[in-house]
Amino acid sequence: MSLLKRFGRSPPAVIGLLLMLVVLAAALLASTLYPDDPLRLAGRPLQWPGANPRFPFGTDPSGRDIAAQILHGARVSLLIGSVATVVSLGVGILIGAFAGYFGGWVDDVLMRITEAFQTLPAFLLLLVLVAVFGSDIATVTLAIGLVSWPATARLTRAEFLTLREREFVQACRTLGMGHGQIVFREILPNALPPIIVYAGVVMASSILLESALAFLNLSDPNIASWGNMIGAGKGVLRSQWYVSAIPGVAILITVLAVSLVGQGLNDALNPRLRGRS
Amino acid sequence: MRILLLAGRRLLASVPTLLIILVGLFLLLQLAPGDTVDALMAQMGGGDPAQMEKLRSFYGLDAPVAVQLGRYLLRLIRFDLGFSAIYGQPVATVIAERLPVTLLLMVSALCLSFAGGTALGVLAARRVNRWPDTLISTLGLIFYATPSFWLGLMGVVVFAVKLGWLPANGFEQIGAGYTGVQRAGDIALHFVLPTATLTLIFLAIYLRVMRAAMLEVMTLDFIRTARAKGVGETGVVIRHALRNALLPAVTLVGLQAGTLLGGSVVVESVFALPGLGRLAYESVVQRDLNMLLGIVFVSALLVITVNFCVDVLYAKLDPRIATGR
Amino acid sequence: MTAVLELRGLSVALPPGADRPFALQDVSLSLQRGRTLCVVGESGSGKSMTAGAVMRLLPDGVSVSAGQVLLDGTDLLTLPEPAMRKIRGARIAMIFQEPMTALNPLRPIGDQIAEVFRTHTDLSRAAIARRTLALLEEVRLPDPAAALAAFPHELSGGQRQRAMIAMALALEPETLIADEPTTALDVTTQAQILHLIRDLQARRGTAVLFITHDFGVVAEIAHDIAVMQGGTVVEQGPADAILNHPQHPYTKALIAAVPPLSHIPPPRPISPEAALTITGLSKEFGKPTRFRRAKRLVRALDDVSVTLPRGGTLGIVGESGSGKSTLARCVVRLLDPDGGSIRLGTTDLAALAPRQLRTERSRIQMVFQDPYASLNPRRRVGELVAQGPMVQGVARAEAFDRARELFGLVGLDPGAMNRFPHEFSGGQRQRIGLARALALRPEVLVADEAVSALDVSVQAQILRLLADLRERLGLSTLFITHDLRVAAQICDWIAVMHRGRVVEEGTVAAVFGAPQHEYTRALLASVPGRGWAPPGI
Repeated sequence: MSLLKRFGRSPPAVIGLLLMLVVLAAALLASTLYPDDPLRLAGRPLQWPGANPRFPFGTDPSGRDIAAQILHGARVSLLIGSVATVVSLGVGILIGAFAGYFGGWVDDVLMRITEAFQTLPAFLLLLVLVAVFGSDIATVTLAIGLVSWPATARLTRAEFLTLREREFVQACRTLGMGHGQIVFREILPNALPPIIVYAGVVMASSILLESALAFLNLSDPNIASWGNMIGAGKGVLRSQWYVSAIPGVAILITVLAVSLVGQGLNDALNPRLRGRS
Repeated sequence: MRILLLAGRRLLASVPTLLIILVGLFLLLQLAPGDTVDALMAQMGGGDPAQMEKLRSFYGLDAPVAVQLGRYLLRLIRFDLGFSAIYGQPVATVIAERLPVTLLLMVSALCLSFAGGTALGVLAARRVNRWPDTLISTLGLIFYATPSFWLGLMGVVVFAVKLGWLPANGFEQIGAGYTGVQRAGDIALHFVLPTATLTLIFLAIYLRVMRAAMLEVMTLDFIRTARAKGVGETGVVIRHALRNALLPAVTLVGLQAGTLLGGSVVVESVFALPGLGRLAYESVVQRDLNMLLGIVFVSALLVITVNFCVDVLYAKLDPRIATGR
Repeated sequence: MTAVLELRGLSVALPPGADRPFALQDVSLSLQRGRTLCVVGESGSGKSMTAGAVMRLLPDGVSVSAGQVLLDGTDLLTLPEPAMRKIRGARIAMIFQEPMTALNPLRPIGDQIAEVFRTHTDLSRAAIARRTLALLEEVRLPDPAAALAAFPHELSGGQRQRAMIAMALALEPETLIADEPTTALDVTTQAQILHLIRDLQARRGTAVLFITHDFGVVAEIAHDIAVMQGGTVVEQGPADAILNHPQHPYTKALIAAVPPLSHIPPPRPISPEAALTITGLSKEFGKPTRFRRAKRLVRALDDVSVTLPRGGTLGIVGESGSGKSTLARCVVRLLDPDGGSIRLGTTDLAALAPRQLRTERSRIQMVFQDPYASLNPRRRVGELVAQGPMVQGVARAEAFDRARELFGLVGLDPGAMNRFPHEFSGGQRQRIGLARALALRPEVLVADEAVSALDVSVQAQILRLLADLRERLGLSTLFITHDLRVAAQICDWIAVMHRGRVVEEGTVAAVFGAPQHEYTRALLASVPGRGWAPPGI
């Protein structure tokens, strides 16, 4: 059974895919539906959702259109999530592959560094990076990627440690293949499936990390980020709680979608465990 | 005894890790635009260059980087974390004041989430693909996907604002003058929402790991042997599968220690708790770099301690570790 | 004689989507008290499923669709689950193939044996402890008192299997089902375990259902035999009848595929020239390095010297831990030896630096043991064979031509070169591995347990292929194996290894006919069914 079919057999995976498409649609349609800057003053502040037909989600304390911010925020979240994931995977795979394949002192040194990054709470490191390098969106994205690579590295290393001992890898060595070719063209394609699945987890946590930063006003204030929106609603929590609630639901849906798709991929790639997840 | 020795050796191996962290961060902070003195000046509303020079040499900030690093490391060994220009107190003192709150939050959240997640994970695995499993797994996934600060805020809206059952923020009722048991009770009440917020997020993680581990273990050969001996299903689950499935969950506790600490930064900010996490946030905003380094040091120590305990626990659970296989 | 266990017309259905609708079809067997019934078959014959059906421990989705399983007259298939649980472990016990994974790694042996008593009896803890100790003594575990508190990983493979037997026989069941219990053990350990089972059977009168694929084991212990193929019983009867006068064509083919130990093929002329000369080879594991403290030091190879005659086959035989695999890996420089020389012609392979090694590698190639793990699942098989020459600088088109030629040589359809490894059977994959090794036109071929993971009929085909290639290409082969029958059939010269040293070497006729060293003698004496020769030889 092909991968797609196996994926389609699991209802949660399909739901996740549908939610993902919804979020993607929101991101793509943001400029069409709301061509103006979402952070500009649009109307009277603190209108309830549905009170004014022009503002389906209402307005925030600064009078900005919440719906516009939600749609543009989808773009931000997906972008940040993807780029941070790519950075994290890139660094993590490289370090994990070399540590797992070469072993010996290379492994020891690389694992010490990985351990150093893991001993430090990720969010604290993120705070430090933001304190040093500033809060613009590029820096924040890069920082999130740099903070998330250790888990990917560990996973990659574990895969390489196992695969290195497989007979087909030993056969490649007897054929006289060089290390580079073995690592990247023989072992890596076999190691990728669990790493790709883990990318879902990394993406989910990247989105959550960015929103947490934004909530604390440490992310880029010139971007319509969902975390920023929740932070803006803190002051009016008692009465206009929807200002904080709506963007939170958006984050929830996006992270849920990413997680479900990732889980679906995992189950599709491991047919043995189907019916168990 | 062997177990302690083994874990002790692992502990010793974390010293170079700690060193890498501290040196790395110290050098990183040198890249920061502006230092403590700049922040002080900003707070005071500006100052003249001569004053700044004098302050810099007072704090030792004019020495070359290598010298500053050397001095810093030497002081660390004596647990002297330096002086906070913003708070006007030794960093160690401020941290010591704030540490108990964070510890209380972390420990309660860790215990509750581990216990709850494990129990629910086992339950879900036992009833896999039937409605209890679907319900538990779905709820777990939703809590996993929820941003912690949003969950906290919604908790405040529901329980503090709408229902009025729990206080919205703070550590205790200021000015109420409670003492003894009453005070403890008041603090506990204030801790319910923050702890619940943190617990729910991590419970979801342990739940998923435990469920997957149980499902995996139930396919192993020795489960078949136990059944062939005539052991009933409950016995198979509790006496054979559970202990084996706990191993990856316990490992996860060690790996998640740092994330838990990071989570407390956000939760403490939402609920205005005077803890270490909130202190970190304030240090970033106020550019109190000495304080930040001190917090990082203490956090790393905390994570290393948790990992030490986890190593000991794991070695007790898995006899293969102690014999060095 | 009354039948203790009887299967009547048992059929077991597989879930939809499996490669066949029935795992077992209309299987009827009869197990007598005090006798051993061996159920023989290759992989996919359904023999393990039979055991699962009797115990009612079938995998999810697999269920009994027809038939009866009668234990002393009671149909087990109609019993409710709690009643069946009372029978499992008490009246029917089972032992499995892999003792390492069949025991809970986190609980001591004594506790796991005691669990049988706790589940089925009301005995006090002290009484249980006494009986557990007595059981461990009965299965002749060295130091039974220590074994009680030991964890599975602290015992050897043979000791673990003894513990499992103790656990199975704790409540003196009428029937013992043994599912390939000695397949994962060394030949000498296997002989001890078989002896133990026979001994216990004689003393207690237990009926034994012994499932195996090894006809040697069958010849050694069976009273009655049932041959299975594709889920059905093709032939059954007393051991003597089946072994020496098989009727069904499948049985005849299976037996014909078993290499005999007592009738060794006549020696071929051996060339005086040496293709490969190994002198004083040594390899140690577990040496302390700067970062790791000293673990147990293992001398995998201790001053090993052997010679491979040109155009001939040198067999390296031994059990696990003998060093034969380490030798194979040192020869192809997958491991670096600590000392000694490996002379291929005039070149000393052991002394070459990595860069020089790359070009020299094509002169000596290896075929691996596991047909499933030795081919990269993500590459097409044609490319796998052509990879070697391409790495050595041959142009792509020419390399693929060579691959096509080799596919024909090893008996595969060159048109299948575009397929992936999972589309081939185990035997076919070994042929692909062989083609890959031959693609570099080596002078020496190292076969590291190349037929050990194959069914006996497929094994016979591959051995014939190897012999054929040896004639056609003038290959010199280093054949590593633990199976003495295979070694007797295909090797010209044999070296017996034990704990890293060569204890005896000589022609096959000399070593197997008149062994000098006591280890060789013990090894030969342990081969199950050594006295039996398949009919027609």
